[in-house]
Amino acid sequence: MRQLMIGLLLALLGCSTGGVSAGEAQPLAENPVTEKRLLEISTELRCLVCQNESLAGSHAELANDLRREIRTLINDGKTDDEIMDFMVSRYGDFVRYRPPLKGTTLLLWFGPGVLFVVGLAGLLRYLRRRDRTITDSPLSAEEHRRAEALLHDNDSRQGRS
Amino acid sequence: MNRFLWPLIGFVVLVVLLGVGLTLNPRDVPSPLVGKPAPAFSLPRLHAPEEQFSPQDMLGKVWLLNVWASWCVSCRQEHPLLVELAKRHSAPLVGLNYKEVRGDGAIDMDKVPADKEEGMAIERAGAWLRQHGDPYTLSALDIDGRVGIDYGVYGVPETYVIDKTGIIRLKHTGPITPDALSNSILPLIAELSK
Repeated sequence: MRQLMIGLLLALLGCSTGGVSAGEAQPLAENPVTEKRLLEISTELRCLVCQNESLAGSHAELANDLRREIRTLINDGKTDDEIMDFMVSRYGDFVRYRPPLKGTTLLLWFGPGVLFVVGLAGLLRYLRRRDRTITDSPLSAEEHRRAEALLHDNDSRQGRS
Repeated sequence: MNRFLWPLIGFVVLVVLLGVGLTLNPRDVPSPLVGKPAPAFSLPRLHAPEEQFSPQDMLGKVWLLNVWASWCVSCRQEHPLLVELAKRHSAPLVGLNYKEVRGDGAIDMDKVPADKEEGMAIERAGAWLRQHGDPYTLSALDIDGRVGIDYGVYGVPETYVIDKTGIIRLKHTGPITPDALSNSILPLIAELSK
């Protein structure tokens, strides 16, 4: 079983490395600093073709083009902010996975917090109201005596065993 | 009574929100370019590659820029509408032929020599227009898709309405529908042409 698993893992590894070397996304610049920045920037950006994938992970052709474009911008000495502006001015805030805080994104940023607070307030209100409807019903002298006897009975039984 | 009223209200609100969500098109991303000047470029013309086309050539006119390619299936869908639109002469229609060769998934770009790509693009795009009809006043060749990036193109076909001062007034993503044409594009052209 163990051997089988290792074999399977090796096969998978072989597949994936093979895929990388044969893939299209061969780095134009072998500069590791550029590649690291490209990866950092492109994980923050949405691929517009497959919208739930980041630009870093997408195999769409537009993503390839945009990664190439970002690489060029990095090599031109542009800052990360300038590169973000480049993307946002063409594709809008939607391209960013972390949209900026402004009028149209207020609900997006604070909606979950507001829902949480509303839910919490509702829960507190409900608990308080329930507290009020539950009234204490004190034991009568007779009930008290019986409870005492039962407890006593229990104690003596435990003592025996 | 109250016990059932609030959950019911919550349910109705949820249904309304989800219902509205169903009618929205997640692929329709609002373009930040609307209201901004059309990005400048200079590209060879499909039928006269030695001449260049630039959006500045169109200043003073309301015009349409339609992004297309022969490999684009949805372009075929909207094409009859474009041919009809051209017959009305309401506004010049400029084609931006987008990545004609390298955008076609069926072509192995490793086998296409760099100096042959433009010739192939002209050949393929020209043949397609001869077959389906040519509604364009002219088409410009965006071989590497670089101009497409400046225009925020992410799904061909796309159509831009540009006013007399060169400002983008509308972007339509995806094939033009008869509804979009008669309810938003044509009225906008009429208004801008006044």
